[in-house]
Amino acid sequence: MESVLYNILGAVATFLLAFVVGMIYGGLNRKITARVQNRKGPPFYQNFIDAMKLASKRSAIHHGIMQHFGPAFIMVSSVMSLMVVPVLTHNQWFPNLNFHGDLIFLLYIMVFGPLGMALGAGQTGNPNSAIGVTRGLSLMTGFEIPWVMALVALMIQYHTTSIVDLMNVQIQSGTWLMFSSPFAFIAAVMAMLGMFRYSPFDIVGAPAELASGPISENGGKYLFVMMSAGSVFAFVKLTLYVDLFMGGADNLVILLVKTFVLYLIPVLYSLTTVRYRTEHAIRWFWGWPSFFGLLAILQAVFFK
Amino acid sequence: MINDKNSQKIVDIIQNWARQHSIWVLAYGTGCGAIELPPTMTSRYDAERLGVRGAATPRQADVLLITGYLTTKTLKRVIRVYEQMQDPKYVVGFGSCTINGGMYYDSYNTIKVLDKYLPVDVYINGCMPRPEAVLSGFAKLQERIAEGRAEGAKKYKENLEWYRANQKKIIPNWVMPDYNW
Repeated sequence: MESVLYNILGAVATFLLAFVVGMIYGGLNRKITARVQNRKGPPFYQNFIDAMKLASKRSAIHHGIMQHFGPAFIMVSSVMSLMVVPVLTHNQWFPNLNFHGDLIFLLYIMVFGPLGMALGAGQTGNPNSAIGVTRGLSLMTGFEIPWVMALVALMIQYHTTSIVDLMNVQIQSGTWLMFSSPFAFIAAVMAMLGMFRYSPFDIVGAPAELASGPISENGGKYLFVMMSAGSVFAFVKLTLYVDLFMGGADNLVILLVKTFVLYLIPVLYSLTTVRYRTEHAIRWFWGWPSFFGLLAILQAVFFK
Repeated sequence: MINDKNSQKIVDIIQNWARQHSIWVLAYGTGCGAIELPPTMTSRYDAERLGVRGAATPRQADVLLITGYLTTKTLKRVIRVYEQMQDPKYVVGFGSCTINGGMYYDSYNTIKVLDKYLPVDVYINGCMPRPEAVLSGFAKLQERIAEGRAEGAKKYKENLEWYRANQKKIIPNWVMPDYNW
């Protein structure tokens, strides 16, 4: 009984950590973007102010029960993936519900949120939402292929589908997987550019073109839930990459350093490029990233 | 405890502080004023450091910016956009045209006084107002929000008949739903 209570408290702590870190990273993204564009930029805590404002909106209308549940689906998906990904390697504070095969479970649950979102956006009847959803699902077919290829390469190479086992492999061998399976890392990082949906892959939101796409009918508290879920999910993705490829982290400082370095890749790449069209984005993902994914699988099969 | 008057006051102060520092603007580019917004947003004047940033749709926006003259034809769309915004919401009238018609004072197809049709919180004077004037207008709006005086949406709900009557005088073929938020 005590361990259950302990796990629940730990889960809440993990959620709060993910929320705060994800929000601050989002704010730093805005700050970095502003500095690159020679502006002063908002303070790094601007996202917290935005979230507080959205949460304190007095009205929030919805067009039906499915749209009402859409943000909840994203939140559920984010929290479920957060619970599976180990935050630190050795710790008592952040429990995680990992099990054998959680990597495959994660592959499923990571697309659950966008699918629920798609159902919710469909009910709004806004044409921009419908276009955004089709674009989002198309983009997903793009980046899921190199991403799954990278993970399958890891699974073949180390005969495990557990994140914790992969972390233990890195601790025992003393090298990070980004050096022992470099092609998988390259493919996964390229897929990450699409996962974050920053420019040039911001074809789903596309503010000037689609009026923010699937979320265009959501305001106030709905947008607040989506924003929080997005921040938590960003933390989950970054932590998962650190766990899989960069040997995990022993304490929070190392975790923050490693995740922020990883986060700079999509942020800085987004500043150098402009938006692709949908077919260009998919072609991009099915080109070099998938090629590196294939190389990773070949390496895993032939050079174990 | 929760419904206590003093604790409600504290909550109001915190919420108004958040509203004050996070203003998402829906720039309804009705007239020539829209051209002053890119310089306001980009690196020379950088409105984002004050928390002012663009919103893509009315559902997400806090401020409706009426940039310049408003023709009788666009008024209908502006009303619809305003009613789709979520409460609390503010309207900023931009340029002389929204105050008294400006250079279109004798035009047959523009709105002269915007305040008759939508509850305006802050007017920005000028033809055209430069980005400095726009920023000072936003600063004024922030002041009003912090003091809790920017309650245009409440005013609109309370005086809906009066606003509707004025609006229907301009729009003869009224085919919109009467209650739209």
